Amino acid sequence: MKVLVPVKRVIDYNVKARVKADGSGVDLANVKMSMNPFDEIAVEEAIRLKEAGKVEEVIAVSIGVKQAQETLRTALAMGADRAILVVAAEDVSTDIEPLAVAKIIAAVAKAEGTELVIAGKQAIDNDMNATGQMVSALLGWGQAAFASKVEIDGGKAKVTREVDGGLQTIEVTLPAVITADLRLNEPRYASLPNIMKAKKKPLDEKTPAEYGVDVSPRLEIVSTREPEGRKAGIKVGSVDELVSKLKEAGVI
Amino acid sequence: MAVLLLGEVTNGELNRDATAKAVNAVKALGDVTVLCAGASAKSAAEAASKITGVAKVLVAENALYGHRLAEPTAALIVSLAGDYSHIAAPATTDAKNIMPRVAALLDVMVLSDVSAVIDADTFERPVYAGNAIQTVKSRDAKKVFTIRTASFDAAGEGGAASVSDAAAATDPALSVWVSDEVAASDRPELTSAKRVVSGGRGVGSKESFEIIEKLADKLGAAVGASRAAVDSGYAPNDWQVGQTGKVVAPELYVAVGISGAIQHLAGMKDSKVIVAINKDEEAPIFQIADFGLVGDLFSTVPELTEKL
Ligand SMILES: Cc1cc2nc3c(=O)[nH]c(=O)nc-3n(C[C@H](O)[C@H](O)[C@H](O)COP(=O)(O)OP(=O)(O)OC[C@H]3O[C@@H](n4cnc5c(N)ncnc54)[C@H](O)[C@@H]3O)c2cc1C
Ligand SMILES: Cc1cc2nc3c(=O)[nH]c(=O)nc-3n(C[C@H](O)[C@H](O)[C@H](O)COP(=O)(O)OP(=O)(O)OC[C@H]3O[C@@H](n4cnc5c(N)ncnc54)[C@H](O)[C@@H]3O)c2cc1C
Repeated sequence: MKVLVPVKRVIDYNVKARVKADGSGVDLANVKMSMNPFDEIAVEEAIRLKEAGKVEEVIAVSIGVKQAQETLRTALAMGADRAILVVAAEDVSTDIEPLAVAKIIAAVAKAEGTELVIAGKQAIDNDMNATGQMVSALLGWGQAAFASKVEIDGGKAKVTREVDGGLQTIEVTLPAVITADLRLNEPRYASLPNIMKAKKKPLDEKTPAEYGVDVSPRLEIVSTREPEGRKAGIKVGSVDELVSKLKEAGVI
Repeated sequence: MAVLLLGEVTNGELNRDATAKAVNAVKALGDVTVLCAGASAKSAAEAASKITGVAKVLVAENALYGHRLAEPTAALIVSLAGDYSHIAAPATTDAKNIMPRVAALLDVMVLSDVSAVIDADTFERPVYAGNAIQTVKSRDAKKVFTIRTASFDAAGEGGAASVSDAAAATDPALSVWVSDEVAASDRPELTSAKRVVSGGRGVGSKESFEIIEKLADKLGAAVGASRAAVDSGYAPNDWQVGQTGKVVAPELYVAVGISGAIQHLAGMKDSKVIVAINKDEEAPIFQIADFGLVGDLFSTVPELTEKL
């Protein structure tokens, strides 16, 4: 069985995003970019499945600008076998909508004959939390979103999911899409020898047209603004002072 | 224009708070029909029919919808979609699982976590962990979106909407429910609580988390946690507040032993009054706290609990 892992290049999670003064978006020039943290978890899970003999090949795919090559090299250094870059935008500030991304991922899954897609639950830039669910809908596959535990056996995946009330376990028939939540695993760091080896692993470049997908957006970003700011209040000197301040504020 | 709103039904009961907040968010867009789906859903439907602003309630009572598996619930919504210009749901984990699937089946985009409805095509939503607010306009014929409940007040009581049955849709039969692990609690639910007390890595262990829970119980508050506290096993996953956990906006939020990472702030910075207790006076949480107390949580929190 082959597994496909979509990885997205996003602003590093340690960087605080700044809105451009003209309201046209978020400033991504000279900002540190990294692999979306949830996608590192997805790559790790795929590699562990391979190490456990449950899958034969791990393919990483990214949709976006040329620079997403770096993100794919990271996935290869972690242990993915090969990578596909679908170049869909020229400008780093152009993001492709999840529906178009999902159509491309679904087309890649079909072309490669994969039986499992493991995506991240959410990209930390646009926080849409949508792509994996859309891929499974487009393929007519089952879905197990927000996974914190995955067991593959006998053509089925038993997945424990993080939900509002706690945890839910479901069994989904393969082929299927799984999306990774924070506590699925702790992703490994790529070692230096593996980073060197990754440079020689295959990385194919494709275009959306080759998969017959139109990436024109359905949404128009009208404007982007800063959220209402919050100012620091005061420091209190003691628990007694805190209690009296809370009483004054009318919250206790 | 007409709106189909997926009511939040858990074990046959309506989550009134989340559903009524969503009703308020969408009522300007047209007549609101609330869909209550579940293995038992009649009492939820009755509760939904009393929410002010609800025009109609549809009940789909069928074992298929008992555990809110994404595939059958999405198929049900798609089977009903024809009559509606907008299809929405409160942004719970269930809806976040289901609505993108609905959107893809209808070949439209989904908008997650809408924080303001501007007009029939235009919505606001937070991006980049809440560090930017985007105004987006959808060109799709049908709008499919989830609603950030923390941004809206709940609609009141006093409606008298008609209730009718919705036929079940064909089961895609792609997944089955195995089990739930849900802790019962007498505390208020995190996303609807008026007060929240959260603990972070500073609390140090599962045992000491009791200090946080005691303060919460004294205040009648829900208990929250940072990701670090959940990852370390001090608190269960469904207590996580933040960008990738729950978003809360209570009247009082008390952050104890939490440094104030952007991902945590994304889930609580719209709270009315924020209190931070931290031994490090440089902790970023103090930059957004109304009242900051620099001190060791192991002495200050029990003292606070006692003096309230
Ligand atoms: C600067 C900027 C400009 C924008 N401009 C426009 C615009 O002009 N028009 C417009 O309509 N929208 C625009 N957007 C919005 C954007 O298209 C969507 O809101 C965004 O794609 C939301 O989804 P997400 O990336 O958060 O995906 P999620 O659904 O949260 O991602 C979940 C998972 O899907 C996978 N995944 C997602 N994307 C990719 C990818 N590209 N490659 C591989 N795997 C992926 C990953 O596994 C990821 O963990 C813009 C956004 C930004 C930041
Ligand atoms: C993809 C991604 C998603 C994330 N999503 C979330 C999310 O949804 N929610 C979230 O919370 N985080 C999230 N995070 C994690 C976030 O970046 C931080 O790592 C996390 O919030 C830190 O938790 P903390 O403040 O409890 O721990 P720390 O940053 O370690 O802070 C502990 C604090 O406790 C204080 N302290 C220690 N001992 C005491 C004492 N005795 N008395 C008083 N104070 C004390 C310290 O001074 C310190 O400020 C996410 C990260 C990533 C990469």
